[in-house]
Amino acid sequence: MDWMAWTWPTAAFFGVIALLLITFTILAIKFPETPRTGILRIETTRGDRLFITLLGSAFINLAWLGLVGANQPYALILCLVYAAAVFRWV
Amino acid sequence: MDKTPNQKAWFLVLPVLVLVAFSAVIPLMTVVNYSVQDTFGGNQFFWAGLEWFDELLHSERMWDALGRQLLFSAIILAIEVPLGILVALNMPKKGVWVSVCLVLMSLPLLIPWNVVGTIWQIFGRVDIGLLGHTLAALGIEYNYTQNTLDAWITVIVMDVWHWTSLVALLAYAGLQSIPDAYYQAAKIDQASRWKVFRYIELPKMMGVLMIAILLRFMDSFMIYTEPFVVTGGGPGNATTFLSIDLVKMALGQFDLGPAAAFSIMYFLVILLISWVFYTVMTNLDKKGS
Repeated sequence: MDWMAWTWPTAAFFGVIALLLITFTILAIKFPETPRTGILRIETTRGDRLFITLLGSAFINLAWLGLVGANQPYALILCLVYAAAVFRWV
Repeated sequence: MDKTPNQKAWFLVLPVLVLVAFSAVIPLMTVVNYSVQDTFGGNQFFWAGLEWFDELLHSERMWDALGRQLLFSAIILAIEVPLGILVALNMPKKGVWVSVCLVLMSLPLLIPWNVVGTIWQIFGRVDIGLLGHTLAALGIEYNYTQNTLDAWITVIVMDVWHWTSLVALLAYAGLQSIPDAYYQAAKIDQASRWKVFRYIELPKMMGVLMIAILLRFMDSFMIYTEPFVVTGGGPGNATTFLSIDLVKMALGQFDLGPAAAFSIMYFLVILLISWVFYTVMTNLDKKGS
């Protein structure tokens, strides 16, 4: 695996994503997903909302880096707020 | 009768999963690893954190390339979609000419990208190219290697020449699927040609048009070969689109770290746009049914 140039932070990053995917798969098996329509007026399932959360979080992090440029971990707090909002209202 | 859910079938998807992991997921993970490090070759890496992302987000080079890319995609969509619809509307609906038209329309689509680039590269040359030579003979100054506007016009006309057929063929397929009854009803109501188009043909074509727009947007947003062959990104950086810039950075300068960060941002933008298109398309389908 040397050629992949692993680092601890990137390994942790992918670990978290893998964990999220596994959790949501187990959730989907235990409690089957029912689509609903939220403020975006599109039908979303739990998995869709996870996708919107992850993609949005990537952009939030980039925007923070570009506009604020310091204290990057605070962007993660913003992402959590965003995630909660997505799961509540989208 | 209710179907019994059987999740075991998911195991049949395993081979695809392995294939995708091998060809897409693992390389993408490697790119993420590269994006936070610096290397001077020899597979030795040094931690750089978010430095490359920070640098790129504040670099004029990337924003300019993104601006050019968006402008290019917007221009070719604004030309190819209406033109494709117009061509489709004027194509014969019955008879032998249908096959002739279909074959003619699909010809440009069958030509490989680098060949299209080479054709236009020679076609536009002032010394030996038909187009360049004719324009020069007419007294029109045209030189795509030195003039920015000429380079842009050449690249755009080339793309229109190459890909309008795709939009036309998709729109044609959409038009062919409209039952005659709709037209008869419009005739009884004495609807004008415009109203027939606006209220019958356009809504019925919407599904395929969205696919055409998505395909053309994605392809134009990732365009590399044709402008690379024709202009090489020049004059100066005038036609350096995102992928051309990325290749320059990754393979020309061998700046793997910044290029990886660039790739990830490029990928995120494409992912976002694809998702928006996909969502709009599936919602249209749901409304339609």
